[in-house]
Amino acid sequence: MSSQPKQEWPLWEIFIRSKQGLDHKHVGSLHAADAQMAIENARDVYTRRMEGISIWAVESKYIHASNPSDAESLYDPANDKAYRHPTFYTLPDEVKHM
Amino acid sequence: MEKGLTDIFRDKIQKEIRIEPKDWMPEKYRQTLIRQISQHAHSEIVGMLPEGNWITRAPTLRRKAILIAKVQDEAGHGLYLYSAAETLGITRDEMYDQLHSGKAKYSSIFNYPTLTWADIGAIGWLVDGAAIMNQVPLCRSSFGPYARAMVRVCKEESFHQRQGFEILLTLGKGSPEQRRMAQDALNRWWWPSIMMFGPKDDESPNTIQSMQWKIKRFTNDELRQKFIDVCAEQVKLLGLVIPDKDLTWNEATGHYDFGPINWDEFWQVIKGNGPCNKERLETRKKAWEEGAWVREAASAYAEKIERKKALLVY
Ligand SMILES: [Fe+2]
Ligand SMILES: [Fe+2]
Ligand SMILES: [Fe+2]
Repeated sequence: MSSQPKQEWPLWEIFIRSKQGLDHKHVGSLHAADAQMAIENARDVYTRRMEGISIWAVESKYIHASNPSDAESLYDPANDKAYRHPTFYTLPDEVKHM
Repeated sequence: MEKGLTDIFRDKIQKEIRIEPKDWMPEKYRQTLIRQISQHAHSEIVGMLPEGNWITRAPTLRRKAILIAKVQDEAGHGLYLYSAAETLGITRDEMYDQLHSGKAKYSSIFNYPTLTWADIGAIGWLVDGAAIMNQVPLCRSSFGPYARAMVRVCKEESFHQRQGFEILLTLGKGSPEQRRMAQDALNRWWWPSIMMFGPKDDESPNTIQSMQWKIKRFTNDELRQKFIDVCAEQVKLLGLVIPDKDLTWNEATGHYDFGPINWDEFWQVIKGNGPCNKERLETRKKAWEEGAWVREAASAYAEKIERKKALLVY
């Protein structure tokens, strides 16, 4: 079914929310036979010191990534639009709370 | 593209921009990293064995809990590092295969036996200490996944060294036998720890290239000297003596001078003739082979659940 050699468990990417109110952040990967084992292993591998309160496991083969060699053309449209940032605008010092 | 791939790569290295797995990289850079990261991973995994030897015989419950936590950390370090190596295109099974066939090396320090409880103290203080000295600069390694793994590892290592020092400190304040035991452990672990930094710079042909690629930040001899300087001071608090009669403070260099290293022993252990090489490898292979049915059963179970789910949907 997958291109992996039969005996090797699939690879999972692990994302951890370190605190209520924060985003899940990628912390690394691990091998596991299924999602439940991926989460249990992630608990042991990535949260031995209370680094997290919530774990996402995504099988690596489902991650689609942008191509680094496309970086220039992909991000170029944002490059010359300094007017999207508040610092672009010079206002008199008298303006408060803006 | 106006610039060649090699130039872009070199440019990034120059500007301290991390290289990520999907970026173009010279084949030799990739191979060097695969070798270094997988060897590092193997060292963490094999490194569990000498300490695991004392878990059941730790002198108190507190010491036992600490040692289990430390050994579990080392398993974690191995896993972070294997994952980092896998981003370079080698599979986990290939790496295990290289370890089990004897093709891949691991740190030769783990081919020494742990004869007494004091060895657990000496390993924490010296072996983890030397590892930290090596690993802190690797947090700035040019390859992103390796550097990130090292940040995590370094955070966890610090308790390893402290618990080891504490063991020696306790023994040093104990009975004459306990003090003797601590000194004996130091006598046996000191030189192998010094050798952990690898061969002398002029016998380490890969160092220059690795420094240019910013995989390595300091040479073997630089790190070794740093480590000796630190230990020469710390040992005073233990009331123990480092087994090197040439160890003396050198006002002119601002470093400790030290005696000759037995490089013959170093190369012998690397070649497989250390006291425990065979035993370590056998233990690893046995664990891997005897765990095969567990891996297969878990895969079979996962497949069964998948099939059941598919049946429910249609
Ligand atoms: Fe470690
Ligand atoms: Fe390590
Ligand atoms: Fe450690």
